[in-house]
Amino acid sequence: MKPSKLALPALFALAVFMVALPFGLKLHQQDFMISLLVWILVVSSYRLMALTGEYSLVHVVLMGAGAYGSALLAKLAGFSVWLAMPCGALVAAGLAAALSFPLFRMSGFYFLIGSFAAGEAIRLSWTYFTVPFGGPKGIKLIPSPELTLPGVGPIAFYEPIPYYYLTLIIVSISLYILYRLENSRIGLTMNAIHWRAPLAESVGVDTWRYRALAFVIASFFAGLAGALFCHYYGTANPSQFDVAAMVYVLIWVIVGGVSRFSGPIVGVVVLSVLNELFREAEQWRPLIYGCILIAAMFYLPDGLIGLPGRIRGWLDARRGAGAMVPGDGSEKPADFASSKQR
Amino acid sequence: MALLEVRNVTKQFGGLLALNEVSFAVEAGEIRGLIGPNGAGKSTMFKTIAGFYTPTRGDILYEGASIAGSKAYANAARGVVRTFQETTLFQEMSVFENVLVGCHLRARSGVFSALLGLDRDKRLEAESRTEEVLEFMGLGARRQQLAKELPLGSQRALAIAVALAATPKLLLMDEPFAGMNPEETQHMMELTRKVRSSGVTIILVEHDMRAVMGLCEYITVLNFGSVLAQGTPAEVRNNDRVIEAYLGGA
Repeated sequence: MKPSKLALPALFALAVFMVALPFGLKLHQQDFMISLLVWILVVSSYRLMALTGEYSLVHVVLMGAGAYGSALLAKLAGFSVWLAMPCGALVAAGLAAALSFPLFRMSGFYFLIGSFAAGEAIRLSWTYFTVPFGGPKGIKLIPSPELTLPGVGPIAFYEPIPYYYLTLIIVSISLYILYRLENSRIGLTMNAIHWRAPLAESVGVDTWRYRALAFVIASFFAGLAGALFCHYYGTANPSQFDVAAMVYVLIWVIVGGVSRFSGPIVGVVVLSVLNELFREAEQWRPLIYGCILIAAMFYLPDGLIGLPGRIRGWLDARRGAGAMVPGDGSEKPADFASSKQR
Repeated sequence: MALLEVRNVTKQFGGLLALNEVSFAVEAGEIRGLIGPNGAGKSTMFKTIAGFYTPTRGDILYEGASIAGSKAYANAARGVVRTFQETTLFQEMSVFENVLVGCHLRARSGVFSALLGLDRDKRLEAESRTEEVLEFMGLGARRQQLAKELPLGSQRALAIAVALAATPKLLLMDEPFAGMNPEETQHMMELTRKVRSSGVTIILVEHDMRAVMGLCEYITVLNFGSVLAQGTPAEVRNNDRVIEAYLGGA
């Protein structure tokens, strides 16, 4: 995709907004923003996986693996949190690499079920082994990172605002890496596997390797998200990373739309913010959420990111029907030309 | 030495004997036809050479080395590339991107070099190779179109372009003429000859007898999983056993 002229100023405006944002928010809203950033990283990394055409149900568990790995390294092995977080991400990536061998012998529905089983096995082992995973209660009192700047003194990362900025920086860098990867040669090959794996194979693509590569990289960033999560909230337990959380990730990704990089991000932001807005109407939240979901499935098959194109399409159709021959405006959806440029 | 040698290849699917002791050899520079009635084992033979099936018994030698049972992507790296029946393309990608994927073998790069932009030379080389192949196949003007928007003839040409991007020495073509009108068939025949004269050996599995007879110097006829006859188009056409297999015993 070629960045348009507006992309840079828009990105800059977004950056300024994100930097200024926490000062206008209440404490619980600052908390919410941190977890939103973490989930943005989770859904974006999930998209890299989805690029090869496989949907897994183990992603959130691998996020948990990153959290457990980082927490244990910091608490038991005495690692600095700065080192423990990337190591936690590597734990998730390593687990994904090991899982690649059995899982990528399957594809489609079987892969989905296989990944679910693998995820539950990992999650149940956290519940079962009290040492070192802490059983059902998980790990508590996970330390937050420490940093002392010369002239400023120690930074209080247990406070929401400093941790928000830390998360913002790490998530932004991660998103940039994921975006570059998707638009590189490797992303093209992964996309090719999605469309026609046998054809890709016939011109020399080792499809197993590329599927595994997408899985490992996606899991690395999921693990990093998990590490960011646990060092702020101070706990990691098996129920945080259960199937319900995984289903939410799937919903965010699908409602947002998988056809573009921004899709899953739009999905998680819109749905989480709506969820947060209806906090007052606690009992009604599932109902409202459900209605939005059903509406999105019915009217926006391309996801929320397809919405501007659809609106343009409707407008064009109306204008066309008024002035020109009937049916002229419905010739092509307006987002068609912009959907794939190179 | 023959470029490809199929030696006593047998392929069994459970109780079904799809190929039974098939042997033939293809010389470099040939266009070889592989024909036979429905169910004769042509497609099985084709997929076995391409690395999509492993032979139950027997061996396949390419440039003197065994490639039996090796994976399709590994065969592609050696220079054995196949095309597909129907229009198997990356439908949602542009014509240019389709061929760019085909350049995988010369353009693949590691994660870090891709992220840091160190694969620039390879990328540019792949892009120039893509342009070259598109011009060669007469698709230059359509490079921005999506594959799914192309007419049938151009889709088939694109399928060959994707395969050519991988610089094959041996190109396996699976029914490239199916469903084409006479004009498209004519055009595809010219393209096939052009590919051959660029130094690519071709094995053609095809039902369209006119195309096969017009293109191939030598034809291998399969029936019930065995080689029924081999020879020039004229020899095959006048072979009684071939006539019987196609028209049924009288």
